[in-house]
Amino acid sequence: MAKILEKRRLTPITQLYKIDAPLVAKAAKPGQFVILRVRKGGERIPITIADYDREAGVLTIVVQEVGTTTRYMGQLGVGDEILDLVGPLGMPLEIPAEGHIVGIGGGFGSAALLCLMRELRARGDTTTIINGAREKDLLILNEELTEVCDNLELCTDDGSAGFHGLVTDRLQQLIDGDGPGRPDSVVAIGPMPMMRAVTETTRGAEIPTLVSLDPLMIDGTGMCGGCRVTVNDEVKFACVDGPFFDAHQVDFEEAVRRNKMYVRQEQESKDRSECMKLAVGQD
Amino acid sequence: MPVKRVEKTPMPERDAVLRSHDFGEVNEGYGMAHAQFEAERCLRCQDAVCIDGCPVRVPIPEFIHEVAKGDMRSAAEILRSSNPLPAVCGRVCPQEVQCEEACSVGIRFKPVAIGYLERFVADWEMEQTDIDITANLNRDEKVAVIGSGPAGLVCAGELARLGYPVTIFEALHAPGGVLRYGIPEFRLPKDVLDWEIEQLKKLGVEIQCNIIIGKTLTMDQLMGEMGFKAVFIGTGAGLPSFMGIPGENLNGVYSANEFLTRVNLMEANDFPNADTPVMVGRRVAVIGAGNTAMDTVRVALRVGAEQGLVVYRRSVQEMTARVEEHAHAIEEGVEFHWLTNPVEILGDEDGWVTGLRCVRMELGEPDDSGRARPVPIEGSEFVIPVDNVVLSIGNKPNPLLLQTTKGLEANKWGCLVVHDGSSETSKEHVFAGGDAVTGAATVILAAGAGKDAAAEIHQDLSAATR
Ligand SMILES: Cc1cc2nc3c(=O)[nH]c(=O)nc-3n(C[C@H](O)[C@H](O)[C@H](O)COP(=O)(O)OP(=O)(O)OC[C@H]3O[C@@H](n4cnc5c(N)ncnc54)[C@H](O)[C@@H]3O)c2cc1C
Ligand SMILES: Cc1cc2nc3c(=O)[nH]c(=O)nc-3n(C[C@H](O)[C@H](O)[C@H](O)COP(=O)(O)OP(=O)(O)OC[C@H]3O[C@@H](n4cnc5c(N)ncnc54)[C@H](O)[C@@H]3O)c2cc1C
Ligand code: SF4
Ligand code: FES
Repeated sequence: MAKILEKRRLTPITQLYKIDAPLVAKAAKPGQFVILRVRKGGERIPITIADYDREAGVLTIVVQEVGTTTRYMGQLGVGDEILDLVGPLGMPLEIPAEGHIVGIGGGFGSAALLCLMRELRARGDTTTIINGAREKDLLILNEELTEVCDNLELCTDDGSAGFHGLVTDRLQQLIDGDGPGRPDSVVAIGPMPMMRAVTETTRGAEIPTLVSLDPLMIDGTGMCGGCRVTVNDEVKFACVDGPFFDAHQVDFEEAVRRNKMYVRQEQESKDRSECMKLAVGQD
Repeated sequence: MPVKRVEKTPMPERDAVLRSHDFGEVNEGYGMAHAQFEAERCLRCQDAVCIDGCPVRVPIPEFIHEVAKGDMRSAAEILRSSNPLPAVCGRVCPQEVQCEEACSVGIRFKPVAIGYLERFVADWEMEQTDIDITANLNRDEKVAVIGSGPAGLVCAGELARLGYPVTIFEALHAPGGVLRYGIPEFRLPKDVLDWEIEQLKKLGVEIQCNIIIGKTLTMDQLMGEMGFKAVFIGTGAGLPSFMGIPGENLNGVYSANEFLTRVNLMEANDFPNADTPVMVGRRVAVIGAGNTAMDTVRVALRVGAEQGLVVYRRSVQEMTARVEEHAHAIEEGVEFHWLTNPVEILGDEDGWVTGLRCVRMELGEPDDSGRARPVPIEGSEFVIPVDNVVLSIGNKPNPLLLQTTKGLEANKWGCLVVHDGSSETSKEHVFAGGDAVTGAATVILAAGAGKDAAAEIHQDLSAATR
């Protein structure tokens, strides 16, 4: 059990949680994740570690409410316990290239850049974050992200804040030498189409790029193989070998297809939880 | 006086058609009358060869004699003194290749139903409310047990009986290892496992779930700042193997571990009351012929498949499943394709499984394992139309702990190396047993290893304090 110490709404469907989890906070490294379960009979879902405070024993996570479990999570308030929380899982993120590192975040993905970019900056890299969303109100954690990097670039599809366009449009400008300049390495975390687009943008420019794959997971320890992805024609278990992989080697088509395996059941489950008056935002 | 009867007293079973739609236990268990009737068949041999067939040397004729006399309390004491998990083992041990294979009655007749009697005695014990267990933790040295499968549970229980404060660390959210997530309820009811775990708690064993040693905590932390004086590793062999044939990543292909975990641990059979789904179409093919394969195909029937198929490249003689599970699977209508080797999983344009391309095999010369080597018959390829494929071709030990623990040695298969005839690893005060050492094996071997390791840990810690 892990107690929720703080909770903050970031967008209508995204909330940030600070959780009392001393063992996980102490062991966590950037790029790792936890698996949590919020009720008996509930699903185990993977959630990235956005940040951690080793001394205080506090873990920060950001959860986007897309289906049954993330909505149940949204119902929990300060003082409530998360039934099961295990971690840190996966391999810590390693960025070999030094120099100008660009982190690109979309959706809940921007949160994961918090601890990562802070650490890279401490190691002496020049750090840029491109924080993207459809519109201004969906951009998350701008203030926190400013503090952990050298340049924060905002991007909105509708131009309501920052650069008017997609994160990949802005990325292309940097590659062409604009603003903080050409990246030596790129990390992208967010929705699959965004990560795919980033991958294609950096492929031609031959910039080493890492993406965080998010296959369906159960145990998170390598026991089920449900999270398998194909990278460089090899089968990998994302929960133990990943979740970050060399973007230019990832079989995205397969990853996207495998994530859709349970769409029908997910909808059924969501409808049902709605019937049980567990609609979003009722907290 | 022993009574000569050719046949075993039959085990009362639930009707195959009815049971194949639910998760209720298949074998209903003997009543007292059945048990005494069967116990009479035991010859009480001077040289009880059945004991040699038992990996933990249960004094079989002694407990059976108590059953015959009707002294259940003595029977239970005798049984539990040598087998710490009798209710589990009575249900899942492959008796036909252990005690019952050796049994003297079996030379001319069917052997004594030792497994059924073991289960009967253990079930009687579970119903007693006046057997009282209390914690008496009078030793100072704390011991950590990693993994809560049969090896870990038994090791913890034995150590607690010796007075050691023991903490079990388990990666998953519920304890039991394969007994929890692998073996289905219709063979091993969760109540039985929960009862065993309850007894451990009464003995003072602490169980901490959701902790992965090597991730959440390291071995060094356990033995350093946390003050554990000895560690037992019972992390099992939970890493699923894939075949490496085309189509393995299609939608609708599972490892047996994933399929069984979705149902047994995550309760997918109760979806949408429980939140985790499992995807079964009309026809489900399971590749392999061990206990895991039998469990998987029978679970598939119970979660909605119309037809379950087992596809295996060797013949029925080489099958490693318990004979009883094979028989039950046949009764439940499972189709067996022996000498059939899958070479490709076929899918439609959306990436969903549609079939399994196979080649027929014939048996050739014996291979390294002494079993006849199956060789493909040229030009015999054919397609079995199926909606799901579940791979049940074996498991290897999980490398998680190994990767993060200095000084712990493993062999080329990833199995932890222990000193000959002992459970001591290459690291001081660290012991190991069960599938993590042997590779995928059996519950009783894991339980036996846990028990032996407890004795060694006791010796190790006693020597250290002297
Ligand atoms: C390593 C890893 C890290 C993650 N980190 C975060 C995080 O920090 N914050 C966060 O909010 N989410 C994160 N996710 C995604 C999160 O696990 C899923 O959103 C969650 O499992 C959905 O569960 P649900 O029961 O609410 O919805 P479901 O009922 O399971 O699904 C609802 C909808 O979400 C889609 N969906 C389900 N799983 C995924 C997935 N893995 N990726 C993309 N879409 C999915 C489904 O297709 C469906 O349309 C991460 C996933 C992985 C693998
Ligand atoms: C489906 C199936 C059916 C079977 N049927 C039979 C049968 O009928 N009869 C029979 O005798 N045998 C059977 N077996 C085999 C038997 O179950 C195993 O041999 C036995 O469970 C091994 O016990 P164990 O304690 O070594 O490991 P396991 O039961 O595998 O338990 C290991 C535990 O350790 C945990 N763990 C792993 N790594 C870590 C870590 N780093 N930190 C914390 N925890 C960790 C795991 O989560 C797991 O819970 C079957 C196996 C399967 C899969
Ligand atoms: S070998 Fe068979 S008959 Fe002899 S003691 Fe053992 S169970 Fe009884
Ligand atoms: S989630 Fe089960 S192996 Fe990765």
